[in-house]
Amino acid sequence: MNTESRPREPAAGGGARDPGPAADGPAGPGPSARRPHARLRRLGRHLLLSEYFVLYLSILYMLALGPFLPQLFAAQNLADMVSNIWPLLVVAIGQNFVLITAGIDLSQTSNMALTSVIGAVLIVTSCDPVLFSKCPLWGTFLTEHGGPLAGMALGVPIAILIMLVIGSLIGWVNGVAVARFKMPAFMVTLTTMMFFSAVAIYLPKSENIQNLPHAFNVLGKGRIGPVPIPLLVGAGVAVGAHLLLSRTLFGRRLYAVGTNPVASTISGIPTARIITRAYVLAGFCAALASVLYSARLEMGRPTLARTQFIDIVGANVIAGVSLSGGKGKITWTLFGVIFFVLLANTLNLLDLPFYSIDIVKGLVIFGAAFLDVLRTRAAAQGH
Amino acid sequence: MHASMEGRGPSMEAPEGAAFQFLGVTKSFFGVPVLREVSLSLRPGSVLGLVGENGAGKSTLMNVMGGVLRPDGGRMLLGGTPYQPQEPGDARAAGIGFIHQELNLFTNLSVAENMFIESFPTLRRTPAIDKRRMAERTREHLAQIGLDISPGALVETLSPGERQLVEIAKVLAMQPRIFIFDEPTTSLTAKETGLLFEVIRRLRTRRASIIYISHILGHVAELADEVAVLRNGELVATGPTAEYPVPRMISCMVGRDLKSIFPPKASAPQEEVLLRVEKLSQPGIVRDVDLTVHKGEIVGLFGLMGSGRTELARMIFGVDRYERGTVRVGNGLLPRGDPRAAIERGMAFVTENRREEGLLMNVSIADNIGLVALPEFARAVTGHLRRRRLQEATAQKAQELHIKATSYEAQPAKSLSGGNQQKVVLAKWLLAAPRILLVDEPTRGIDVGAKYDVYTIIGELARRGSGVLYISSELEELLAVADRILVMNRGELVGQFERSEFAEERVMRAAFRQGDEVRP
Repeated sequence: MNTESRPREPAAGGGARDPGPAADGPAGPGPSARRPHARLRRLGRHLLLSEYFVLYLSILYMLALGPFLPQLFAAQNLADMVSNIWPLLVVAIGQNFVLITAGIDLSQTSNMALTSVIGAVLIVTSCDPVLFSKCPLWGTFLTEHGGPLAGMALGVPIAILIMLVIGSLIGWVNGVAVARFKMPAFMVTLTTMMFFSAVAIYLPKSENIQNLPHAFNVLGKGRIGPVPIPLLVGAGVAVGAHLLLSRTLFGRRLYAVGTNPVASTISGIPTARIITRAYVLAGFCAALASVLYSARLEMGRPTLARTQFIDIVGANVIAGVSLSGGKGKITWTLFGVIFFVLLANTLNLLDLPFYSIDIVKGLVIFGAAFLDVLRTRAAAQGH
Repeated sequence: MHASMEGRGPSMEAPEGAAFQFLGVTKSFFGVPVLREVSLSLRPGSVLGLVGENGAGKSTLMNVMGGVLRPDGGRMLLGGTPYQPQEPGDARAAGIGFIHQELNLFTNLSVAENMFIESFPTLRRTPAIDKRRMAERTREHLAQIGLDISPGALVETLSPGERQLVEIAKVLAMQPRIFIFDEPTTSLTAKETGLLFEVIRRLRTRRASIIYISHILGHVAELADEVAVLRNGELVATGPTAEYPVPRMISCMVGRDLKSIFPPKASAPQEEVLLRVEKLSQPGIVRDVDLTVHKGEIVGLFGLMGSGRTELARMIFGVDRYERGTVRVGNGLLPRGDPRAAIERGMAFVTENRREEGLLMNVSIADNIGLVALPEFARAVTGHLRRRRLQEATAQKAQELHIKATSYEAQPAKSLSGGNQQKVVLAKWLLAAPRILLVDEPTRGIDVGAKYDVYTIIGELARRGSGVLYISSELEELLAVADRILVMNRGELVGQFERSEFAEERVMRAAFRQGDEVRP
């Protein structure tokens, strides 16, 4: 509700209702001569200021690359792209909550890695002693016959539950440090990122944990009827998060705290509790994304999501979520994620060496961020 | 360019050698016109007093002149030639010095650094800053306005009045020909105000033109040669100050004759004690404060700046901590440092400072009004909001308090005038139906009409049985509004006056008592 200020108002106020000549001035000569041009400009302005700007940008990008990359529109490629959206969407939504509080959660990636490892250790069905006999869990948690929940009837759901609890706990630690102890979010989550990613590597001695049960792996690629399971999870999280933000007490208070923490405290909002909850949600979402990624990879991976931070934060920021808090919507996150997935996919199809992928990606993200600044400025002038 | 100029408002045919002219200037925000074809000219060597209610368009007009905003229509002439500033720098280059209402100083830098922030004097042919020259020139500029502070002092260590004077010195240093003073005296002491007036008169004798904007109409009457009155974006009156005594200015501003500036008193205190503060102490801030607020009572709390009145209210409400003492609401002890507990027991706190502590400026009016009472509109377990009911309740409250806006749902609080912003803060608390209301300077910086509304709202709340602790540095308003006045001086309550004993002089004397440095 209270987040729509930027993209919508100017579109509504300066668009159709405007009588037009105000901009041209009284001295304007034959208005008919300038009409088409003015209309085009207004359309351009409308697109630039629209809430769907990043979506339009993605479509434009796709159409522009189409002639050079016919594979882009191949059915399999499109399906791949769509399936890449959901896990990233889930984790980015978690980040969105924290960004609204004017915070940041750098530890989501190591949260994903750690929960991936822990979940896999619990349910793995067999381990190769050659690989794992040196790891600290060998003999207690891990044996040749797999992890403690291996083969159990409800082993997989329990393992997933544990992953989600651990992910949320990591978020809670971040939240308490930021909200109660007033430590800077950047430092807190930078250190928890370092700490937990090291733990994730230490536990399995940096080996990928394979041989996960089918009941788990099916979450990555399986379908219920015609609908892929990750899509269900991703859409469910998105709808739930949207309702939480726009329709509940917590959502309203989250925006209020992100906009002005002092006024919020004086207005009786439990500021610390709200901020803590945002970090818990970020942790929960990271763990849930970790379930989807691990199931798709069919392994517990100690380096999962290592380089993904730019995608998580970038998807949000590019679509208009403000780093200074108070502003963010789930649809924006969705558009940002679509843009990032599209970008990664096209760069892959171009068959570039990996370093030049990052160079191009960096340039494109920079360009998109620059465009975002331009539209913010245009919106400010529209008033 | 606009034939309609004549006849609309006062005649404004270009006088000989005007220093500056507005010709039919218009400007709208959110589709709402805030300036309607304003035509006005400024003579050299004279002071023009620009008055009007908040939201009348004074600041917008000045922002157009200062290059901060671009007009939608109309022209401006500077010394007879067209003037179209694209940004504040253009106005500065054209010799227009704008002393803003909001202070634009860097508090973490020194006075001298602030003075020269735009171009530091450097040592010859090096980029190194010539600190000695900077200090010397700063001292000269400060001396011009009679301010005796060290150029090296950090701005954060200065009093609000000193900061305002530094800001003024900074603009003087640029030697503009036209000055805009926007509410320059809000944070000045009486002595500092005197200094400023001297400076303005001196500028006038040097043939500079001055636009002086203030809500303190007495100052305008004292200082200005001419008066211009804006109402709803329109210039409704202009003429020599002699023809516009203060009452006439007011009736031009509000468009009707105010019976009085204050509404008739409608409430009377009752027996029941709602708030009882005992022996409240925090070293260096307040000492052994005892006070009670009864049902239906408005208790005025008067004191000079720095007397501890704001701090006292913050402690009672739980925003700040205190070392000793108790705060009771009814019979229950209020925990320290917990605003939520205070709100749950029916307390409300309208802070002194609505931008930073009262409002979410970028958020809609409706969402601001709903902020405190929000839990009442949420379902128990899920926290799901009953949005229609919330929307109705906030809209009703907004209408009740006559908040002027095109859309409560879409318009952000920052788009409102000061008076309407203050009403949003009040609406936010009133929606939670408080039993005890703490208000700190509720009418600061708002216009006469909005003040009248604020007095009415608070009086009505007391009439319905709430207790009010009303902090103000305007004694006149406390004398009109309060049932009892407490006087604070250096963290202690030093006097108490029942309504029957109200007399301006006696209250003032108490406030200044044991004032070693400060004398009335």
